[in-house]
Amino acid sequence: MSILVNSNTRLLVQGITGKEGTFHTEQMLEYGTPVVAGVTPGKGGQVLLGIPVFNTVEEAKESTGCNTSIIFVPPKFSSAAITEAADSEIDLVICITEGIPAADMVKAKNHLRKTGTQLVGPNCPGVITPGEAKVGIMPGFIHTPGSIGVISRSGTLTYEAVDQLTKVGLGQSTCIGIGGDPIIGSTFIDLLSLFAVDENTEGVVLIGEIGGSAEEEAAQWTIDNNFDKPIVAFIAGQTAPPGRRMGHAGAIVAGGKGTAAEKMKALTDAGITVVESPADIGKTMKIVLDERSSF
Amino acid sequence: MKIHEYQAKEILRSYNVPTPTGFPAFTVDESVDAAEKLGCDMVVVKAQIHAGGRGKGGGVKIAHSIKAVRQNAELILGMNLVTHQTGPDGTEVKRLLIEEGIDIANELYAGIVLDRSTEKYVFMVSTEGGVEIEKVAAETPEKIVKEWIEPEDGLTTQQAMNLAEALNLSGDQAENGAETLLALWKAFIESDCSLAEINPLVVTESGEVIALDAKMNFDDNALFRHPKIAEMRDLSEELPSEIEASKYSLNYIKLDGNVGCMVNGAGLAMSTMDIIKLSGGDPANFLDVGGVANSETVAHGFRIILSDPVVKSILINIFGGIVRCDRVAQGVIDALSDMEVKVPVVVRLEGTNATEAAVLLKNSPLDFIVASSLSDGAEKAVRAAGDTA
Repeated sequence: MSILVNSNTRLLVQGITGKEGTFHTEQMLEYGTPVVAGVTPGKGGQVLLGIPVFNTVEEAKESTGCNTSIIFVPPKFSSAAITEAADSEIDLVICITEGIPAADMVKAKNHLRKTGTQLVGPNCPGVITPGEAKVGIMPGFIHTPGSIGVISRSGTLTYEAVDQLTKVGLGQSTCIGIGGDPIIGSTFIDLLSLFAVDENTEGVVLIGEIGGSAEEEAAQWTIDNNFDKPIVAFIAGQTAPPGRRMGHAGAIVAGGKGTAAEKMKALTDAGITVVESPADIGKTMKIVLDERSSF
Repeated sequence: MKIHEYQAKEILRSYNVPTPTGFPAFTVDESVDAAEKLGCDMVVVKAQIHAGGRGKGGGVKIAHSIKAVRQNAELILGMNLVTHQTGPDGTEVKRLLIEEGIDIANELYAGIVLDRSTEKYVFMVSTEGGVEIEKVAAETPEKIVKEWIEPEDGLTTQQAMNLAEALNLSGDQAENGAETLLALWKAFIESDCSLAEINPLVVTESGEVIALDAKMNFDDNALFRHPKIAEMRDLSEELPSEIEASKYSLNYIKLDGNVGCMVNGAGLAMSTMDIIKLSGGDPANFLDVGGVANSETVAHGFRIILSDPVVKSILINIFGGIVRCDRVAQGVIDALSDMEVKVPVVVRLEGTNATEAAVLLKNSPLDFIVASSLSDGAEKAVRAAGDTA
């Protein structure tokens, strides 16, 4: 078991004919991800890397039965691509694109609430269930199948954490990069609630960063819902100066709110193991799990 | 992106938000000309920098004669203005806003921001205008009244009336106030603002509702839709090294420490700063080189980090995914062969082709300190900075 993506995923790539889209389609195919269709408006009828290309998501779905989509289209057109996928009843949409205007995402998310589509991202590395499906731009080889779920607002920091887990002998059930923007599809809470009922997930690594209050809300949620799997958390940006946007559009301490200290306190107060050093994520998860199993 | 008050007021005026008449001035003579053009008894000379708290810092003066305008302009132009938002170093004042004085009856607050939790824009008003809104929020949160805006409706007339009522406006003032708030919303959403703040929004002795101050920040991701606003960027408000970095699509923020760092990815870059601190050092910067860490980007990165004379060591921390470590290693070797870097360079490369990268670094005649992990890299960089210092 796993969450969101697995061997039953039938993947559509929106923006497949673009440079990024083509490159990562190749990488995903190499990993064994079932990519079944591509969409680029005006380029329907082509076949790329053995994958049929369609003009619209609707056509792609009708012909191939795709159930998941990954988006590589430029920021200007991304929110339209998200809503198009949702209107065609694609179950899961993963948007990689960085740089989408916040106002576009406010509208897109409002639209998504009226549909049954789940969104991950934007501005994220995607989702991987090791050994089954890689729907994203992460390096597949650092992952190992196993029982740790990873949820993160970051990209390369997630790879760092996964690498640490693999090196201490802990494989991963599913790893999700939720994205570094202020408005994102799936939140920590959305994914914790999926991991809560996933039999194969024994523990969760949660990687947050400064800005917003998603980590505090997740901490409260674990209390309210008696989330009983161990969580190890790290918050990036303990040394970030206030008022500055640290690379990610959403990583900013504004008006004294959204600091790493506040988030670390909220998580600790919820009984979550918070590590100060990003180098301690993997080994701490191992210690926490060993302690549990010794009871 | 931030803009100056006078620029924000230009935008607001185009949306029929009432503002005092005023003109920007870059010299003392221009200030005097502007005051003469205004031809009013009371003129306000306002420092234009990208920070709030200018009045308290001595950057806003009232003048009752042309002579006083000249004196105040001489005083404020070129001054180093220190406010709670500039930090202790302050900012040099290079522009002024020369504006007609207003007889204030009442000071209010109006602001719009994106509420990340509800994923809606929220319009906030308060009768406690003219003071820091963060202070009001912390001490008397009940004095801030909010309306969340439905994305498909925008701010409705009813909501605007509710907000005007919350500001204790009545009769004509309520109607004027609601209209001003609706105009402010229109300016906000049509310009892709990330924040708009009118503090204070004032009621004049004659009952008008006017934006006495104005702050507008814009969503960088949406600037492609607003070329005129993008042109308002004042580069002199930014650090030269940060402007230089942005030319090469490098994300650089200068900090106060002496351990420079070059990292791929924003989250990893922040954590690298954090682990430098935990290892007993202080990071000199945030630098995300993004997905393409080739010799050119690495060389630009080095130049920008080293433009800060305080830097005593540099930690390169790359987690190779799509970007291969051996290419990064070659980039580092090429960059260092072409330029003189006098401080120790610690390299930590992990991920795709990390082994090949280690061989390249080892065989190079250059003097690197190779680190085996994130914590090892941070410790070595901090130690190296200490040795050089």
